[in-house]
Amino acid sequence: MNPLDIEAIRKDFPILQREIHPGKQLVYLDSAATAQKPTRVIEAMDRYYRWSNANIHRGVHVLAEEATMLYEDARRNVAGFIGARDAREIIFTRNTTEAINLVAYSWGRANLQAGDVIILTEMEHHSNLVPWQMLAQERQVRLEFIPVTDDGLLDMEEYQKLLMLAPKLVAFTQMSNVLGTINPAGEIIRLAHDAGAITLVDGAQSVPHIPVNVVDLDVDFLAFSAHKMCGPMGSGVLYGKTALLEKMPPFLGGGDMIRKVMLRSYAPNSIPHKFEAGTPAVAEAVGLSAAVDYLNSIGMDAIAAHEHEIVSYALEQLNQIPGVRILGPDADRKGGVVSFTLDIAHPHDVAQILYRHGIAVRAGHHCAMPLHDRYQIPATTRASFYIYSTREEVDHLVQGLEQVKAIFG
Amino acid sequence: MDDLYREVIIEHYKNPGFRGELDPHDISFEDENPLCGDHIRIDLRVNENEVVTEAAFSGHGCAISQASADLLLEFIIGKTLDEIRQLTKDDLLELLGIELGPVRLKCALLSLKVLKAGVYGLGEASDSLVEGD
Ligand SMILES: Cc1ncc(COP(=O)(O)O)c(C=O)c1O
Repeated sequence: MNPLDIEAIRKDFPILQREIHPGKQLVYLDSAATAQKPTRVIEAMDRYYRWSNANIHRGVHVLAEEATMLYEDARRNVAGFIGARDAREIIFTRNTTEAINLVAYSWGRANLQAGDVIILTEMEHHSNLVPWQMLAQERQVRLEFIPVTDDGLLDMEEYQKLLMLAPKLVAFTQMSNVLGTINPAGEIIRLAHDAGAITLVDGAQSVPHIPVNVVDLDVDFLAFSAHKMCGPMGSGVLYGKTALLEKMPPFLGGGDMIRKVMLRSYAPNSIPHKFEAGTPAVAEAVGLSAAVDYLNSIGMDAIAAHEHEIVSYALEQLNQIPGVRILGPDADRKGGVVSFTLDIAHPHDVAQILYRHGIAVRAGHHCAMPLHDRYQIPATTRASFYIYSTREEVDHLVQGLEQVKAIFG
Repeated sequence: MDDLYREVIIEHYKNPGFRGELDPHDISFEDENPLCGDHIRIDLRVNENEVVTEAAFSGHGCAISQASADLLLEFIIGKTLDEIRQLTKDDLLELLGIELGPVRLKCALLSLKVLKAGVYGLGEASDSLVEGD
């Protein structure tokens, strides 16, 4: 595989040219929070509003037809991107969070009863935790957690033991947004199925960064967000197997999700429309589709390989700084995320001082408070990478950390 | 460039004069900034005239939140509870001597919020305690 032409790629992202302070160009190391957008995505959305904007699935004028076509093309494009067999298995949501909530409300409330078991992990983002806690409170469903080992991996032996509880659902993140750990999703899903459970994968961090194929994984539900994969905010995806989606009750009620409405009752539409009530974010779906094209033009294997190289380099460099403690496994088991602590300075101060040097990182608990509790630290500083990240940016980070040490040392 | 990390702040962060807990105490209160997890507890001893004689803070957080707690406690020794009730955001910012953006302002104000909630004997530290000028 040829290495990426990073210089050319960086030119695709206008924001990366921005000077943050006079003479200091943006060093964007916060792609796990949200990715930057290539011109192609920005222009696709702009073109949609300038040329085709109309409400979809209604109206016979050419604009409505074009908008509907663009929206449904986006659905097919996304289906192809994750290897789904049928575009009807792609439901557009606002983000990962809404996709997971959809499953918790619709599938969860139709299928779970008091005493049923859901298995999650200790490394979940709040968005794959709180919806299940809400369901657990309402339905007296029992939540169990696959523990995380000291080096940031899921404890698969404990998982096997938990499976003896005959769980109804196993829901887990394919890649941790804090540890960077890439979990063995295929194996987790196979074991869950053997135990009679269905599975939900939080793909918010994996789908943007590594090849993900829902048929190979045999996953039942997959949730992800456009904004972390070079697409716009306000657009997300729930993939679900047809057989499951067809049996699920609707989520939100309103226009578009119905086939027929009487005064006192309604007949729901077929999938995927059954789960898309109201006017959808069409421009955002168009933007997501353009992002998919962009990622495909580079290739997910090449993207994963590039990030692996950058994260290996980052670990090597950061490990040489005394006082730095990095969470999570070695480079071979993680994606482009490095969360760390520095003994003499709080993560907020680290982030603030880095920002003086134009370096954008994130400090805090990254919406994973239980995971930070697990490691008994209140917060970490996180640097995260993407297609446009370079070794030089890692060098800037290291120099920035030297500045932090100079101030606090 | 900002002077957020003035020497005074770093000094109070690294060598706080008032870090610890008081047991027994007359007033104690703790709270955290849910956004960033900064946590501060403040204990006070007061005499029969409601004058603060001893003060201590514990918890964890960034340099701004911890230095602000230390500076604040240094300032209130010898003050009456009534004087503490009158303290405003601007008083604290003056002690810190820095300009803060909205995010870091929350770090700085946590100690004042905790202090005032404790002095007022409130159940929770509301933002309204440190708003206004
Ligand atoms: C692993 C993981 N899951 C879920 C989410 C939630 O994504 P969103 O805020 O787009 O719904 C995120 C993003 O922060 C994430 O990193």
